[in-house]
Amino acid sequence: MLLIPCPFCGPRDESEFHYAGEPKPRPAFAADDATWGAYLFDKANEKGPHRELWHHVGGCRRLFLMTRDTVTHRILETHAPGQHGEGQS
Amino acid sequence: MSVRRYNAFNLFRQGRRGQQDWAPAWRLPDPKPAYDAVIVGGGGHGLATAYYLARNHGIRNVAVLEKGWLGGGNTGRNTTIVRSNYFWPESAALYDLALRLYEGLSEELNFNIMLSQRGMMILAHSESELDMMKRSVNAMQLNGIDCEVLDAAEVRQRLPLLDLGRHELWGAMVQHRAGVARHDAVAWGYARGADSLGVDIIQNCEVTGFQTQGNRVTAVETSRGTIGCGVVGLAAAGHQNLLAQKLGFRLPLLSYCLQAMVSEAIKPVLDTVVMAPAVGTYVSQSAKGSLVFGAGLDLYPSYAQRGNFPTTQKIVAGLLEMFPSFARLKMLRQWGGNVDVAPDSSPIIGPSPVDNVHLDCGWGTGGFKAIPGGGWLLAHCLATGKHHPISEPFDLKRFTEGRLIDEGAAAGIAH
Repeated sequence: MLLIPCPFCGPRDESEFHYAGEPKPRPAFAADDATWGAYLFDKANEKGPHRELWHHVGGCRRLFLMTRDTVTHRILETHAPGQHGEGQS
Repeated sequence: MSVRRYNAFNLFRQGRRGQQDWAPAWRLPDPKPAYDAVIVGGGGHGLATAYYLARNHGIRNVAVLEKGWLGGGNTGRNTTIVRSNYFWPESAALYDLALRLYEGLSEELNFNIMLSQRGMMILAHSESELDMMKRSVNAMQLNGIDCEVLDAAEVRQRLPLLDLGRHELWGAMVQHRAGVARHDAVAWGYARGADSLGVDIIQNCEVTGFQTQGNRVTAVETSRGTIGCGVVGLAAAGHQNLLAQKLGFRLPLLSYCLQAMVSEAIKPVLDTVVMAPAVGTYVSQSAKGSLVFGAGLDLYPSYAQRGNFPTTQKIVAGLLEMFPSFARLKMLRQWGGNVDVAPDSSPIIGPSPVDNVHLDCGWGTGGFKAIPGGGWLLAHCLATGKHHPISEPFDLKRFTEGRLIDEGAAAGIAH
């Protein structure tokens, strides 16, 4: 069981959250199919520290960013989107 | 004298001689400097690929590289279910190829994989679910798959212990040719078959990198030295995307933990595979008597092969909502596997962006049932450089071209 520190609500049980994908910049509208395909589907899928978007769906319902180790599940950092100049669209 | 063939005569004769002369099922060779084909991943898919490369295509100078032990990944961690109840024609063709090969596999490999086609039932809990199920079954029958709908009375007769409580029972869809097979035996049988055709199975050999020239791989760097290669097949399940990234491209795969568990062994109580979508859990009884059960993926991407506790609880709770009479059973073991999930819950088979590298991955939660098919098709790609007609729709390019095969919403089970 993970205790996830929501940047808005504080530490909460993992069952309140949904994993919401890897943050990445959206390509230009006119970008080619390969670029859009990669944006939509390709994954970094890192083994170790992994940058992730999470959704506090059973709480404040806001999205935030998390760095989490995918081997140990240790949460290294959580913060609100935009705080480090990323995760905003 | 060493005896390889398993049959009643040899068993009797060896019984009279103290079982002294049996040959090992496979050799433990050191890697040669180079092979015509190198397959990364010594699970079911990799071993089946090696076997069919040698048997179907006569390519015998082949190595299978396994970082751990043979069949120690998802091949040894699944719930051993085989089935082909798929909605889309592309998927039905693929999974039924695998199931048909499974049906002849014990004889083909001279190794008992203990295939038991005891059927698989997916329950419907409402009238609308039953309607959707009928639509799926119609589609599956048009695909040539032996599915049918049972009414609630027929289901109760087949499953006397089923007691769904607050969840209603309206009927079920069943595939009679579905069932279970012994997972270890599938890996061992293919390993033994491939080895006898000259394939080198090299365990404790982790791939650490690739040497390339132009857009081709010339050698594979491993923890047991550098191995030259003609073509490379990647069948590394949860670690496939990491291998791809060593080659300079990314795959649309995300690694999750999928967990399963078994109870203590009890006398026969359940003679089929059952899944109840309302609770998400599915269960069968193994030949030893244990109840083998599992459900969906853990909640977040992971490389840990153990499974998180909230999902464990959900799976057990789901089992007891189906069969309250199992509540007093002791749990024997719980474990997790590292599965590679594609966005459309369909596999990726065929060429990669690197010229002489072919892929077999993205099987997600259902790789075991596909082992013979995945091996057959990857071997075809490696030997001919081209797709088999069955693997063509599963090409990596579908994610650029928007031709997804969306089994996430359409297959017989939830993904």
